Amino acid sequence: MTTDPPTSATRLDLPSYQRPAGVHPPLDTPAYRSTLLRAPKRRPALLPQGLTEVTGPLLGAERVTAADADLTGGHGAAPLGERIILTGRVLDSDGRPVPDTLLEIWQANAAGRYNHRVDDHDAPLDPNFDGAGRCVTDSQGRYRFVTIKPGAYPWRNHLNAWRPAHIHFSVFGRAFTQRLVTQMYFPGDPLFAQDPIFNSVPDPRARQAMICRFDLSVTEPDWALGYQWDIVLRGRGATVFEHPEDHR
Amino acid sequence: MTASPASLQQHSLQQTPSQTVGPFLALGLPWPDGPFVVPEGSAGAITIAGRVLDGAGDPVPDALVETWQAAPDGTFAHPDAPRPAGLAWAHGFRGFGRSATDPAGRYRIITVKPGPVPLPDGRAQAPHLDVSVFARGLLERVVTRIYFPDEQAANDSDPVLGTIDADRRATLIAAQEPGAGPGVLRFDIRFQGSRETVFFDV
Repeated sequence: MTTDPPTSATRLDLPSYQRPAGVHPPLDTPAYRSTLLRAPKRRPALLPQGLTEVTGPLLGAERVTAADADLTGGHGAAPLGERIILTGRVLDSDGRPVPDTLLEIWQANAAGRYNHRVDDHDAPLDPNFDGAGRCVTDSQGRYRFVTIKPGAYPWRNHLNAWRPAHIHFSVFGRAFTQRLVTQMYFPGDPLFAQDPIFNSVPDPRARQAMICRFDLSVTEPDWALGYQWDIVLRGRGATVFEHPEDHR
Repeated sequence: MTASPASLQQHSLQQTPSQTVGPFLALGLPWPDGPFVVPEGSAGAITIAGRVLDGAGDPVPDALVETWQAAPDGTFAHPDAPRPAGLAWAHGFRGFGRSATDPAGRYRIITVKPGPVPLPDGRAQAPHLDVSVFARGLLERVVTRIYFPDEQAANDSDPVLGTIDADRRATLIAAQEPGAGPGVLRFDIRFQGSRETVFFDV
């Protein structure tokens, strides 16, 4: 489709980050009990995408050092657990790389315990593992972390409830509408079937998009297993908006 | 030239679904300077503070509030913005604020009032902050807006506020904090209940 040349200087040609259907979990997911008092009850109002929505903070490089991407460093010794390299790209749904964007991750240690005062799981803390890292994607949207594979852990959602091993990811993208916080899972986890958070995503294909894949080419001999995982944010199909005058 | 929606659909990649931040977000997300949209001690700075409350009226101690806004001159430091970034951006204005809630569910953002930002169709909007709220129990962020109590005329003609039922509009307008100076505004976020905050699909 070709667009007509603008007829009015007041037209703004802004990207439009359409909300995808069937990708994100419904807030109202009773199987995940914490939603009961927290998921809003009323239907959300429609917010037209203006400048505030199609722009966003472009923070990153100045907040991050190379050491921040290595969760196994910074202590006297290496943390316990299976060392892994986790790498991939941040893309938009049109396949464009998202460069220079800040990724923040946090996770449990190899025993399934978070270094957080609220976590009372009867598993050991690891004095050599804090469990938080960050990095900024390069010009091709690539990121790379070195960490350890987190353990599964029990929680109180239902009887004998266990979270599959996962790493929390926070991604800014280039616009307020692209902001995403999610969890990355590991392939073949037997705990998927009973996890209401993983299964809150209704579409099986979308659920698969949260699972990384083992990659021998990322794996480094005698050192660490490699995993690949791409993060796909909303695309920016440009839309031409018309001035109200055009319709009078 | 823009691709048609149909062709975009054909070639689009499977998007990554959202998941909850969970109860341990404080490990990875808070920044020491998070609440400071403008540098600490900036002249004319205002504080927007409040509580995040659940459907039982209890504080939410494991939430994260993020804000995004224009500079006082209405500009954004962003390649898609039609106007270049104003001077504020070169002097420490970040546009972005982030505050985790404390055990009493309280958050705070230190900022300045944004300038006017038009919609793409040219209609003027009242000064506003876009807000994301993340929490355990929210499988995806919820989005709301903060408007200003001393902008009644602009609020009354705001095209977004105008789509909201009159009896719920007040949930989007910060209030002057009683007993505090003019630079302290209160904005509570209620996930549920008779005063449930208006949230947006964006």
